Amino acid sequence: MRIKRVGAAIGLTFGLATVLVSAVATCAQAQVKLGVGGPITGGSAAFGAQLKNGVEQAVEDINAAGGILGQKLTLSVGDDRADPKEGVSVANKFAADGVKFVIGHFNSGVTIPASDVYLENGILEITPAATNPKVTDRPGMWNIFRVCGRDDQQGIVAGALIAAKFKGKRVAIIHDKTTYGQGLAEETRKAINAKGLKEVMFEGVNKDDKDFTALVSKIKSANPDLVYWGGLHDTGGLITRQMRDQGVKAPLMGGDGMADDEFAAIAGPGAEGTLMTYSPDPRNNPRNKEIVELFRKKRGFEPQAYTLYSYAAVQIIKQAAEQAKSLDPRKIADVMHSGKVFDTVAGGISFDKKGDVSNDGYLIAGKKKERYVLYTWKKGPDGKISYFENNE
Amino acid sequence: MEVFVQQLINGITLGSIYGLIAIGYTMVFGIIGMVNFAHGDVFMVSAFIGLIAYLIVTAWLGIASAVGALLIVLIVAMALTSLVNWTIERIAYRPLRGSFRLAPLISAIGMSILLSNFVQVAQGPRNKSIPPLLQGEFVLMGRESYQVTLSHRQLLIWIVTAVLLVVFWYLVSRTALGRAQRACEQDQKMAALLGVDVDRTISITFVIGAALAAVAGTMYLMYYGVVNFSDGFTPGVKAFTAAVLGGIGSLPGAVVGGILIGLVETMWSAYFSIDYKDVAAFSILAITLIFLPQGLLGRPEVEKV
Repeated sequence: MRIKRVGAAIGLTFGLATVLVSAVATCAQAQVKLGVGGPITGGSAAFGAQLKNGVEQAVEDINAAGGILGQKLTLSVGDDRADPKEGVSVANKFAADGVKFVIGHFNSGVTIPASDVYLENGILEITPAATNPKVTDRPGMWNIFRVCGRDDQQGIVAGALIAAKFKGKRVAIIHDKTTYGQGLAEETRKAINAKGLKEVMFEGVNKDDKDFTALVSKIKSANPDLVYWGGLHDTGGLITRQMRDQGVKAPLMGGDGMADDEFAAIAGPGAEGTLMTYSPDPRNNPRNKEIVELFRKKRGFEPQAYTLYSYAAVQIIKQAAEQAKSLDPRKIADVMHSGKVFDTVAGGISFDKKGDVSNDGYLIAGKKKERYVLYTWKKGPDGKISYFENNE
Repeated sequence: MEVFVQQLINGITLGSIYGLIAIGYTMVFGIIGMVNFAHGDVFMVSAFIGLIAYLIVTAWLGIASAVGALLIVLIVAMALTSLVNWTIERIAYRPLRGSFRLAPLISAIGMSILLSNFVQVAQGPRNKSIPPLLQGEFVLMGRESYQVTLSHRQLLIWIVTAVLLVVFWYLVSRTALGRAQRACEQDQKMAALLGVDVDRTISITFVIGAALAAVAGTMYLMYYGVVNFSDGFTPGVKAFTAAVLGGIGSLPGAVVGGILIGLVETMWSAYFSIDYKDVAAFSILAITLIFLPQGLLGRPEVEKV
């Protein structure tokens, strides 16, 4: 009996809280609702934090400057836990809450099913991170854009680099069986095969595993000069760590999914020498000095990898809305598809008809920067291992 | 040949960790007939306790010797994890004893969610890592191109598992406590009539299970160097599988089952596609249970009338 009463009391409290929250949400009229969706918890939480911090800061800055067309932005955060099912429920929640613009998601495998929900509900989505070609290649998707590159572009860049640096050498390819990881691994394999280099090994692993000793022993017997990794930083870090444990000296090379310093923390000292392809680092742009400092000082957050790309996505919505003189997602999408160059922290970005970054790449200080460049993980001035753009 | 030996070493190490966790499942099931679904998360909590203890020991107390630090971490983790599991038994399972059969099971699932969410909130959702420890290795055999190595860490895990198995086997089969446990396993009412403190015996069983999970957690942290709040799930499921495969209720069965699962996974990864290693492990479980329903070392159930 007592338990029942306590249960009822808890239920009532929650009920009241929900009513209050929704009341607060409805009484603030004339606001633009923005959502950020990403893996806030789970193994990819490092990236979720990048997306969240980038968008939060952008919303603060835009609101401080008067909002979009005189209306303030409100932000809701959705945690998809890097899981497609969760992604769809986050998307449905956004739709039910009347969110009009979504920045996200992080994983390609989550972004694709979530974007269908956004399409049905007329929500505009800009992903700063999902690189699988299918994200924008599906016909009729007027509502999806990305400020990052595509795996087929990244694969070609990675393949060309491997073919040049490891000509006639042994290359092993491993991926994490996700839409992103396997997609990238296959694009890279295609690219190196086209250059006449045949991989010595092609394997998929479970991304939630911790034990890769069997895989590493297998790698060891294949004796590669380079291990190409299609997947994220946490699994990649563990594989690197266990490779060094078993005395495999070959460097790891990965893609944009490795771009967080947590990779080095997980991999340990063996992370040094790891290669990575990633979009140009906006932190290196002298124009962004102030904003980078703002992130570091105010938020205590290093705005690495996707942080400033997420920030840029919000800037693009603002600029497109101002040109369209409307907050209708459809009209904003039309402006974005028109080829207009948006001025963002990530450089000048324009979109093609599909919603990908156009062939002009990123315009930084008046110069074109390719969508993917090579980075090397090494010790920085502070002694910590991080990724640095190769200057060659 | 070299590759085979190397994979054998990998498989036994992985299997030993599964085995240590599996003992907790098997003992609790043996004594109260309940699958303690929270056990995987108790293991994860112990790894976190180990991590925090390690950071305190190295950063604040400045103990540099890896072995000394590990020993302290191990003791702290075992003590605190035992306390956690004792508390869980006290508040979540004991009040439900004598209730309908599914009640403690649901309570265990609730505890599992509670533990992982608590760690997620308290420690953050990101991976926590420690720098590599005990990095040495023995070269056992091999040619220039392929050397079979047994790292100090792997050897340590083997030794710890073997020693603990002997100690706890002795405890259960040769001491008064073990006799009380076996009595409770057979008939709790009768045991109580004969003067066995049933509640206390069950509490001690949970404490022992947790202590072993803490050893597994510390070994896991030391071996892989990374832990996050969701790490209780996969090893928990694998260890439970190992307990069932070895014959649930049997102590050596749990370790044998664990090593077997570890070996199947590793060997499958070595010679076939890694994509299907879990399929292989669970298929073997299913096949074994069809032909040996009581598991490898389990006693067949005798229904008394």
